This record gives sequence, C-alpha cells and structure tokens, in this order.
Amino acid sequence: MSDFKRIIAKRKRQDLVFNLIGILCTLVGIVTLGALLVDLIADGIARLDPSFLTSFPSRFAERAGILSSWVGTLLIMIVTAFTAVPLGVAAGVYLEEYAGKNWLTNLIEINIANLAGVPSIIYGLMALGLLVYKFRLGQSVLTGGLTLAFLILPIVIVATREALRTIPQGIRESAYALGSTKWQVVRHHLLPYSVGGTMTGIIIALSRAIGETAPLITIGALTFIAFLPPPPIQASPPFLSADWVWSPFSVLPIQMFNWVSRPDQEFVVNAAAAGLVLIIVTLSLNAVAIIIRYRVRKRIKW
Amino acid sequence: MKTAETQQIKAEVAGLNFFYGRAQALKNINLLFPAHQVAAIIGPSGCGKSTLLRCFNRIHDLYPETRYEGKIILQPSGINLIGPETDPLEMRMRMSMVFQKPNAFPKSIFENVAFGLRLRGVRGRELQEQVEKSLRLAALWDEVKDRLKQSAYTLSGGQQQRLCIARALATEPEMLLFDEPTSALDPIATAKIEDLIFELKSRVTVIIVTHNMQQAARVSDFTAFMYLGELIEVSPTKKMFENPSNKLTEDYITGHFG
Repeated sequence: MSDFKRIIAKRKRQDLVFNLIGILCTLVGIVTLGALLVDLIADGIARLDPSFLTSFPSRFAERAGILSSWVGTLLIMIVTAFTAVPLGVAAGVYLEEYAGKNWLTNLIEINIANLAGVPSIIYGLMALGLLVYKFRLGQSVLTGGLTLAFLILPIVIVATREALRTIPQGIRESAYALGSTKWQVVRHHLLPYSVGGTMTGIIIALSRAIGETAPLITIGALTFIAFLPPPPIQASPPFLSADWVWSPFSVLPIQMFNWVSRPDQEFVVNAAAAGLVLIIVTLSLNAVAIIIRYRVRKRIKW
Repeated sequence: MKTAETQQIKAEVAGLNFFYGRAQALKNINLLFPAHQVAAIIGPSGCGKSTLLRCFNRIHDLYPETRYEGKIILQPSGINLIGPETDPLEMRMRMSMVFQKPNAFPKSIFENVAFGLRLRGVRGRELQEQVEKSLRLAALWDEVKDRLKQSAYTLSGGQQQRLCIARALATEPEMLLFDEPTSALDPIATAKIEDLIFELKSRVTVIIVTHNMQQAARVSDFTAFMYLGELIEVSPTKKMFENPSNKLTEDYITGHFG
C-alpha cells in the first residue's frame, strides 16, 4: 500500500512540474505581447488624436499625421481582398471538390503549402519584375494590392480547403442524391456551410497582409506622400471612378518605418502612435474573425 | 386487380457486378423488385448490401475507380440505370435516398424539404404545397408546422430522419432507398420510421438495407440475404424468417454469425 502511495506521489509531482513548465511557456508569449502593447500605448497614446488621423505627413513631427498612409492601407486591402478572395476560394473549391487525386494535384497541393512559406520579399521582387516592369502597372495601389494578394493567396486556398473538409461527406451525398450538380452542391451547400472557416482564414490572411512592409517597399511604395488618391465616387457622371488604383501610395507600416529611422525623438513617438493604430486595426480584424467563427459554430454543428 | 399490380416489376437487377478499383464488391446479382413492395436487404457488415443500394442512385459515380457491369432495368421506362449512356444525374432525380445518419442540411426545416423541389424548378405556391404534403406524408407536419423557418438542427434525431424522408418524398421518386435509416435512432423513433416505411409502399417502391433482422421482418414484403458480395437467398419475408431454404441464411438469421 505504502508503495502505491509513494509511486502516486512521485507521478503527481511530475504532473505538477509539467503543469508549471506549461504555464511558463504560455506566459512567455502572452507577456511579451502584453509588454509590447503597453510600451506602444505608453509611447504613442499622447500623439493619438483626431488630427493625427486627418493630417498628411510633415517635416514637423507635431503636425505630421497618417492620413495618406491609412487611406493607402485601406485601398491596398480592398484590392487585395477583391482579388485574393475570389481567386483563393475558387482554387480551394476546385482542388477540394473538383480535381481528381493524382500526381499532378498532389504536386500542386505540396507547392501551395510551399508558397505559404516563401518570404514576403520574394513576392515583392516578383511583383517588381512582373507587375511593375512587365505589365507596366506602375508603383500603384493596384500593384501593391495584387502583390499582397499573391502573398496571401496560399493562406486563403488552404483555409478554404480546411473549411470544406470539415463538412461531413454525408451532407455532400445527400445533396447529390437529390439530383444536384456539382456546382449546385458547392453553391447551395458547401460554400454556405464552410463560410465560417473560410471567412476566418481570409481575415487572418488580411491581417497578415496589412502589416507587410518589405514587398511594398520593393515595388516602390512611397515613404512620404502628401496627397490622397482620387476618390472612387465623383461629383460628375459616371460618378464612379477607378482612377485611385493607379495612384501612388504609402501604407501604415512604411510610414512607421520611415519615422522610426529618423533621429528626431518626436518622430519615434509618431511611429508608436501609427503602430498603435495598426495594431488596433489588426486586433479588430481578428476580433471580427472570432465573432464570425463563434456565430457560425452556433448555427452549424456537425 | 391488386395482385396484378403487385406483380408488376419496378426494377430488375441482372448480372450485376460492382468494383471498387480491383476489389469486386458485388458478384453477379440477379434480383427482381416488384412495384409497391418493400424489399429488405440483410447480411453481415461488408456483404455489399449498401453497395447494391447505392447502385440505384448512382452515388458510386461520385468516387473514382468505381465500375458497374450488368444491368439494372427500371420499369416501365426500360432504361438501364447503370448503363454508360445513362446520366447519373437523371437517375438521382428519379430516385431518393435516406441515409444512415440523418443528414439534414443546416438550413431551415422548410428549405430542407424544398431543396430538391427547387432543383426541379418548383416555385411559389406549388412549392409551399409540395413541402406541406411531404411533411404530412412523413408524419412530421404537426410537429413542425409552426416552426418551418427554424433550423432543422432544432429537431431531435428521429425528427431529423423523418425530415430527410420528407425531403426524399418531396421529389416524388420512383423508388425510395433506405440505407440503415434507423441505426442511429432510439427505439421509439425507429418504430415511427418503420410505420412510415410500411405506409409509403402504396406510393412508391421501397428498398431498405438493414442490419436489424427484426426490422426486416416487420417492414418488408420480401427479403434478400447477401453474403460476401453474393446474393444467397431471396424469399418472401415470412418464409425467409420461418423457413429459410439456405443453410447460410439460417445460420445468419439465427445468429450463428454476422
């Protein structure tokens, strides 16, 4: 009996040890993120007022703002989302539901996973050669948006496929058994039922793209820009204009990078404030992803 | 008059072989399905009973490396269901299947029943009426009539399976295929479904695959016993369970294996 007690006590100690190690490991990540946030808030919060959001960058730190860069970030994200989402979802649906299983699709599958691991600056180089020089799209919002779309395409494809895989095969068979074509199964069943996972993946991908700096610097994004692209809605017919896609741009992380690299301490504070805005946007995007996932999970349980 | 009708053949399986890749799952099956009767297919796991059933709506065609040989002639049209010239989609529109798990779609109760009808272009008033009719046939209408817009997932498992039966009936199929429809359900829900199957044969020819021999005895007019991909015996259900002609059938029914 006492033998049992001794062995149990020993094993419980081991359990406790791992428990503590686990807590420690978890804290490393969370505390670092927390410290970063606190530091950023401490540095930047003073500078974060409405005029910071509505001013162009300036030689004078106290007058400089992030108007052109947050508008740039927004426009780039619109182009990225509108290209990466349809392409990525369609590719994911094709690979998961239409394509046969053979060596070619296996090869494609492996390479999509590889693409997700390619450093972002490589995408920048490719975009510079292909989009800027070859297709002559210029150092524009369009080029920037497409570059980031390429970057996140593999993430969107993988997320779409994962989401489709969670749908039980019985649901597919039931839909086919009623006489649906493949497209009807995809359109009326698979896409609506997988929207939670797909949307989550898309938003995570976008929140990665929003912080990207290197590929955009590579294609020649501006670091100082004191005007806005032409607005998409015009006062005169045809009222809508797509001229903004050809406009040069800057984005938040590039603006930050520019400010951080200045010797003047004032500008470093600006950088912290811009970083704060960037983090708030990213965390908000992630929050939206969590909300979507939660709501869909409540509606659909397999 | 009634006997003449029951003698009418709905489907004729002739020399049917079926392959998953190189593995032969069905071996030279020959079987007649009289119209407006319930046929039960029984046999131990892996005997090919579900495989046979799934030939009838060509669901095998969804998967690569599946192959049919032989014929399943559907009457009165005389079409060979598994012929290479036959469009699987057409067969799925003419057959309905109810699966082992209640595969209700995560849509409203109404939309679950309406889906097959929408595929066939039914709209508006007619759609409403057909949905109601099907839900009544599936003995579910009274339970759901006040909450047609709620998710099908608010229903119990047994109700969901009856919803799937309503969905299958809505398209007015020539044959209704049940693939172990009650194996995920409790005894009370099972009894309701069995009553339903028994009533439905006046409207449609039914095949039910089951591993539950009491169920086969309760609902079917005749029973086919399969073993290792072969059809061992087909007899009127009463005879099959009281006096099987084959030793293998007797051993299976009496629980010596399976």
